[in-house]
Amino acid sequence: MEIVYVYTKKRSEFGRQCNFSDRPAELHVDILPDISLAANFTVRDPCNVTVQCAEEMSEHEVNTERFESESRGINHVEGGWPKDLNPEDMEVTIRYRKKVEKDEHYQNTIMQIAGLMEHCCKQNNATDIYQEFFEEEDDEVVEESEEQPSAKTINVFRDPNEVKRTATSLCWHPDGNHKLAVAYSSLEFQRAPNDMSFDSYIWDIENPNKPEMTLKPVSPLVCLEYNPKDSHILVGGSYNGQIAYWDTRKGSQPAEMSTIEHSHRDPVYKVIWLQSKTGTDIFSASTDGQVLWWDIRKMSEPFERLVLDPSKKGNLDNALGAVSLEFETTMPTKFMVGTEQGLVVSCNRKAKTPAEKIVCTYSGHHGPIYALQRNPFFPKNFLTVADWTARIWSEDIKESSIMWTKYHMAHLLDGCWSPVRPSVFFTVKMDGTLDVWDILFKQNDPTLSLKVCDEALCSIRVQDNGRFLGCGSQLGTTTLLEVSAGLCTLQKNEKAMMFERETKREKILEARHREMRLKERSRSEQSREDEGKEADGEESTEELVARAEREFFDIMEAEKKKEWNEERQREKVKDVLLLEAPSSIYNPESWVEKALL
Amino acid sequence: MAEVEETIKRIQSQKGVQGIIIVNAEGIPIKSTLDNSSTVQYAGNVHQLLLKARGMVRDIDPQNDLTFLRVRSKKNEIMIAPDKDYFLIVIQNPTE
Repeated sequence: MEIVYVYTKKRSEFGRQCNFSDRPAELHVDILPDISLAANFTVRDPCNVTVQCAEEMSEHEVNTERFESESRGINHVEGGWPKDLNPEDMEVTIRYRKKVEKDEHYQNTIMQIAGLMEHCCKQNNATDIYQEFFEEEDDEVVEESEEQPSAKTINVFRDPNEVKRTATSLCWHPDGNHKLAVAYSSLEFQRAPNDMSFDSYIWDIENPNKPEMTLKPVSPLVCLEYNPKDSHILVGGSYNGQIAYWDTRKGSQPAEMSTIEHSHRDPVYKVIWLQSKTGTDIFSASTDGQVLWWDIRKMSEPFERLVLDPSKKGNLDNALGAVSLEFETTMPTKFMVGTEQGLVVSCNRKAKTPAEKIVCTYSGHHGPIYALQRNPFFPKNFLTVADWTARIWSEDIKESSIMWTKYHMAHLLDGCWSPVRPSVFFTVKMDGTLDVWDILFKQNDPTLSLKVCDEALCSIRVQDNGRFLGCGSQLGTTTLLEVSAGLCTLQKNEKAMMFERETKREKILEARHREMRLKERSRSEQSREDEGKEADGEESTEELVARAEREFFDIMEAEKKKEWNEERQREKVKDVLLLEAPSSIYNPESWVEKALL
Repeated sequence: MAEVEETIKRIQSQKGVQGIIIVNAEGIPIKSTLDNSSTVQYAGNVHQLLLKARGMVRDIDPQNDLTFLRVRSKKNEIMIAPDKDYFLIVIQNPTE
């Protein structure tokens, strides 16, 4: 029901001034209770009313802003001089000092405390009062106690920019290991936001709030390496294919950049310093199929170039894109390149012709090889991390890897060996877990699996002492982890035990493959002669299948017999070779070959 | 005066001694075998440390008092002998 009161005014009176007057209150509407309506309601008796006498609270969240701190030193100035004395004035101060020295009280005091001091000095010289006794016993005790391998996060360095980029590469400072250089870029093709910053940072481990130094390249850096001989120089490969080098003493801008015409045409995925007399040589690899050698003093063009063409013709169109490089200073003429296509190409630097540069390839991976590293203790063996597995290879065996991990649920994006223990290596996965593998301890699973963050971990680097490692994630967060002592102290006999078994096994498998192939070839030659005699000798599919079956069972029998003999031999020698079943049977390729004959 | 000189020379000649500083209660270095900036730095810092150490010792037991303070670090050992009006600082590299 609306209660309305209407104000009216004659139109002729519009605009006239208002004359206000008082009048008593008027009753306009009086709504009387309607008792008939009460029948629609019932009386509520008793009435329950809840009342609470409590403090009203409200919830608030507060987060402080990131605290940026800077360390500064204090300069001490002399003080305490009497007011009338000017401390700058040499003569006056000397006079004052002489006066004090003549004071008798001074002399007595000094005699006393000097005696005490002399006693302590002599004590120091006599014996080391803080000497640790029974040091050797302590060590033994530690070895016996089985320590659970563990790793814990020490520090987290977040990308200070608003737009987060992936930490694509890390490099530890060569001396002292107190600094970490991290390269940031966005590897998503053309999805980098416009206001993404191009900077990469050098962090001081102790200060996670603010990077110690910023490097400002022209294009985001995909990889970054310190010069192992001169710790002020860093070289970075950028997203647009150029190489730039910085001198940290000279500032954030690159000291020199390579010219665009002669640089790579794709992002430079890896750059490594070479062993040379001048210490200024680097080589870089990129998915455009080229490996270029540069001298950083003359960045206008590379002094050597290699096209990764497997047909050895130097054809850039056929070339395999390179995603990782490997170079060991103990073997300066050889280097290896991991490609996008899953092949590892081993190359020789000193070859005369470009065709000879590519020595051999190792295949076995299904995807780009993100990490390639030789074992620091056994340079003949190297680790590759690609697709969903990590594989360990021996240089001599080109057929397949000698050891491999199972297929994981997430892609493996980077990996590296531990520099102190030959059997330990680390891998990082797309789901943000870090796996620590100890192949002497357990081969099927990682010894330690740690979830570092929720996003993908894209890069990992272990410090030279093997204790600390840094891993970079997709959102630019670099985490510094410390590994437990068990994983970074060398165990006894470790070096002796590695890889003997696996290499032997692969050699035997390779020999068997070769035998099989020779047999195939001789058989196929014979069958071709037979077929030539038959007029229209086309076998029907049924016959083909029957033949394949027959051959299959023949091979099985032959293999079984061989295995049986071998086992007997094995028992004599007492060697444990892990041969589940000869892989040639389960190798679908060879089976199909035979069926099609 | 000569005795003081002699004593200081004796301490100086001990094996491993790198420097000696005598400071008065106001923080003025009276005698020093090190350069001025190091002397001033040592004097200032040691003074504060002494106050704290003495305060701590007397807090735990009011009858007690600080007689000597040794600070051993990675590179050397700093020995401080305090007194009411002066203190003597000796920096020594202990023979191991």
